[in-house]
This record gives sequence, C-alpha cells and structure tokens, in this order.
Amino acid sequence: MFQLSKDGLAFVKNELTRYETKRSAVLPALFKAQEENGGWVSPEVVVHLSQVMDIPMSQINEVLTFYTMYNKKPVGKHHIQVCCNISCAMAGAHEMADYLCDKLGVHDGEMTKDGRFTISRAECLGSCDTAPVMQINMDEYIENLTYPKLDQMIKELK
Amino acid sequence: MAEIKLLTEHYHKPEFQTLDGYKKNGGYDVLKKAFKMKPKEIIEEVKASGLRGRGGAGFPTGMKWSFLPDNGEPRYLLCNADEGEPGTFKDRLMMERAPHQLIEGMIISAFAVQSKKSYIYIRGEYTKCLSVVRKAIKEAYDAGLLGKNILGSGFDHDMDVYSGAGAYICGEETGMISSLEGKKGQPKLKPPFPAVQGYLAKPTIVNNVETLAAVKYIIRDGAAAYKKIGTEKSAGTKLFSVSGDVNKPGTYEVPLAYPLRDLIANECGGMKGKLKAVIPGGSSAPILNADESNKVNMDYESLAAAGSMLGSGAVIIMNETRCMVDMLNVILHFYHHESCGQCTPCREGTGWLEKIVSSILLGRGRPQDIDLLDTIAQNMKGRTICALSDAAALPTISFVQKFRDEFEFYIREGRSKVTGQPIKRKNIKGSHHVEMHH
Repeated sequence: MFQLSKDGLAFVKNELTRYETKRSAVLPALFKAQEENGGWVSPEVVVHLSQVMDIPMSQINEVLTFYTMYNKKPVGKHHIQVCCNISCAMAGAHEMADYLCDKLGVHDGEMTKDGRFTISRAECLGSCDTAPVMQINMDEYIENLTYPKLDQMIKELK
Repeated sequence: MAEIKLLTEHYHKPEFQTLDGYKKNGGYDVLKKAFKMKPKEIIEEVKASGLRGRGGAGFPTGMKWSFLPDNGEPRYLLCNADEGEPGTFKDRLMMERAPHQLIEGMIISAFAVQSKKSYIYIRGEYTKCLSVVRKAIKEAYDAGLLGKNILGSGFDHDMDVYSGAGAYICGEETGMISSLEGKKGQPKLKPPFPAVQGYLAKPTIVNNVETLAAVKYIIRDGAAAYKKIGTEKSAGTKLFSVSGDVNKPGTYEVPLAYPLRDLIANECGGMKGKLKAVIPGGSSAPILNADESNKVNMDYESLAAAGSMLGSGAVIIMNETRCMVDMLNVILHFYHHESCGQCTPCREGTGWLEKIVSSILLGRGRPQDIDLLDTIAQNMKGRTICALSDAAALPTISFVQKFRDEFEFYIREGRSKVTGQPIKRKNIKGSHHVEMHH
C-alpha cells in the first residue's frame, strides 16, 4: 500500500496551507506522490492522497486524468519523452523516436522488460530553436539531438 | 531599421539572472519610479502606450486592466507562463535569463491594479524556469522587494509560482484559472471575463510574461516613447521565436512591423534552402506561402490583412523540402490530443480532421476529402467556448487552400508530391472514413 514518505507528507501538508483553496494543492501533491511511487500514480496513490488531503478521490482523479505529466501506468526508471511537434518533427524527431523504440525493442509509450526505459512522443516542449529536443523524467531538456547523442545517452543510462 | 532592444538588452549577461547582477544593470529602479506614481497613472500610461497582450490574442493591456470592478474584493494577478503554443519559446528564454525583469514588471503591474497576490503559472515541463523563477522570487523577498510594505511604499504584495502539469489548454486564461484552482484546465464561457470573475470568482488579470515585462519599459521610458516604436496600432517591440529551416533559429526582439523577410535574412542568418511557407504566429495561425511571406510585416494589422495572425510571435519557417500534407498532420495531431473535450465541434472536429489527413498520408485518401477538410474546419470556427477549435480549423483551411495541389497529388498518387515517396511514420493512425451527414 502506497504511503508518502515523512518528507513527502510534510510537503503535501505544507502545500495545503499555501493556496487560497486547498484543492490547488492537488497538482503539486500528485507530482510529489508520483515521484515517490516510481514515476506513476497508481489507484492506491489516489486513495492515500484523498485521505491525507481530505479531498474526494473524484477531484484527484479529475486532475490525474486530465494532465499528461501524470503517468497513469508504470513507466521506466528513465522516461524519455521525445518532442515530436512541428519544429522537432521537421528536424527528424519522429524518426529519432522510432530509432529509440527499435533500439530498445519497445513500442511507443511502452516500458522495456527490465523496467529501465519508457519511450514516448511528447507534444511541444517549447525549445523549438534547439530541435530536436527530449526530456528525461522531469530533468532539464536535452537539445539538438543527433543519433550519436542518442546512442551515447542510452549507453550511459543503461 | 534601427535596432531597438528593450527586453533582451541584457540577455547575454549571465549576471542578469541574479538580483545583484540585475540591480547593477538598473534593476528595480523602475519599480521605485512606479511607486512615486498613482496606480491609475500607471494604468493610463499603459493604455497610452498601446501595449497589446503578447500571449496570442493581442488585447490592449491597459484596457483589460481598466475592466476591474471597484467592489472592494481582493484582486489577483496571474502571469501566463504556460507557453504551450507549438513554435513558441520566447517566454522560456526570459524566465531563464531575466527572471527579475518579469518580477519587477509584475510588481509594477500588481501595484497598478492594486493586487496583493500574484501567481506565475509556468508549464510543468519547464523545470529549469520553475527553479530559476522560484529562486529569483526568494531573492526578491529577502531584499524586501516582495512581501509587506515593499521599499517603504506601503504596498504589500505576495508572489508565488504554480506548476502546470501538461495541458496546452491551460494557456487559455480561463483554463489556467481552473488549473490554478486545482481542477481540470477546462476553459469557461466568457463573459464573465476574468477581470470581473476570475480566480476563485474574484477579479483577476491574466497577462503573458512578455506583456508584464514590457510594462517596466513603458514606465521607464514613458508611453510616448514606447508608442513611437512600431505602428499606430501595433506599438512597441516584440519577441519572435523563430524555428524551422533557417540558419540561426532563436528568439529575436524587433520593433513591431519589422518585415518578415528581414527577420529571416538579418536576425536568422537566412534560409536553409528555399523559402516555401511560414507560419507566423504559432501553429494555430494560418500559413503564408513564400510570396505572402516576402511581402508581410510582423505586426497585428499587417498579418491580419495577409489572412494570418501575429499570435504569440512564433515563426515557423519551412523550405521546399516540406510536405504540406505531413506538416498539417503534425499540427492536427497536436490539437486533437490537446482538445479538452467540452465542446463537440472541437472534440469531434479535431479528431476528424486528423483522421482524414492521416488517411491521405496512408494512401487511403479520396478526392472529396479535400473539400471535406475545408467544410469541417469551416464548421468548427467560432463555435466553441475557447479558440482551440479555431486553432485546428484555421491552419487546415489555409493549408488546403494554399497547397491544394499537394493534397490532390497525394490522394491521386498515394505519395508526397514533394518527397516523391509516401510519408511513413509509426504514429500515423489511419481510420475508416466517416461521411458527413447533412
């Protein structure tokens, strides 16, 4: 059964006091819980948050299902999101996403069997001048992607 | 045309990110000046400057501010840093390089509209911006630039950052307000406008990052000086984020009414290949062909007259190697993915458009599909709560109208007129055709 860590709990309790309405704390709380639950929000996470925050599960689920940055199924340790919107697509991002999927033997959005990687296509990351761009988990962007860069990155992350 | 840099003058200095470095370059001096003015004087100055919202809609900023009711209720200022429009990355640069410029502009604006609380709503993917802006806000609090009795002015103001979680529609002001309230970011019907009933149903002003930062320069130099830049109806400078087939993609500040061909030649180091088309205001703006692009100036009226729009200032440049059927498919995939689902014309229409263009790409197109695309798009325009439906419809209408030959060729031959080959991508999902019933 999922439970927030001591720090996680303190974070969520603090968020509940920061805004004019405690419901505003749902988005940051989901990010925290996702981080502590291996990168995704399971139904147990929602139950726990609902109890901790005293907010109905329906209101938490409403947020969870609407926003793309909350993962509703398990993802790999390294969730690689390749931006495939217009400028990145023009710079070959779709082909790079295909390349990564082939290299790791997964389909778009799938996790590798060893649980290390999930490859997804993301919508515009807002770094079109340095296309193609990707983001791994919620870290800073990796810009101006090339195939050797992708190879090197996979090697380092494995 | 003389080079005018207001917002970006100090972007090249790493020190500009920190409070000390910002102050060394005149930072927060304008705030001191603003505090010597009356709030209404600032609003009048912003009105007189002709500043229009830099997020996409281009609504006059001072006029928006003057819509606030005088009913004694708390007022909120919300900075729109969601920046989800494909092609747009100008605000990201400002937040990373000059966070205090935004904060100073926001405090001045908050003082003008007498708001004691503001939020900067930053898209969740912008993790670097989130941390840079949070750090800058802390620096401002520590220096007495935020909080109680700022600089002894008697004005109190608190500022916080809120992270989005991945939804384009949260860039629409009422969607953003819903998101900040901890709900789905679904837009609301207007009126009532946020200035009257916004965050928690209280009066709320929502302005873009660039707009709020520009306020600082209007107060610094005066409305008359600001209005001298650009044109009568498009005053000031504008940040353009340019991407695609140019030698130097990036963010450039130029006066409004700057010719697009000069922007490409001078700021962007010229074309990679031969100019074929430009989307001048983010992916929701109608596309311009090469001839139109070569003639147009980058301001609100000129682009409207050319059948497109300035939007967020995201300029996407395409050369002769780009297949327009493919490009439209990428755009439509996005708007279908991002439709919030409230309004039927958008929820159904975006998907329908994407499916038709996907089918064409997969070699299953029919001659009548071209007119069908246009008919569906025409029926989506202006019939929904927000502009997302239009954001899919307008590019569709313009692509089909201006590059009809490419759609016809693809349908006839099952391959791209440009590349000579079928466009193959794993994410193109074909579908059975759905006829339109009258």
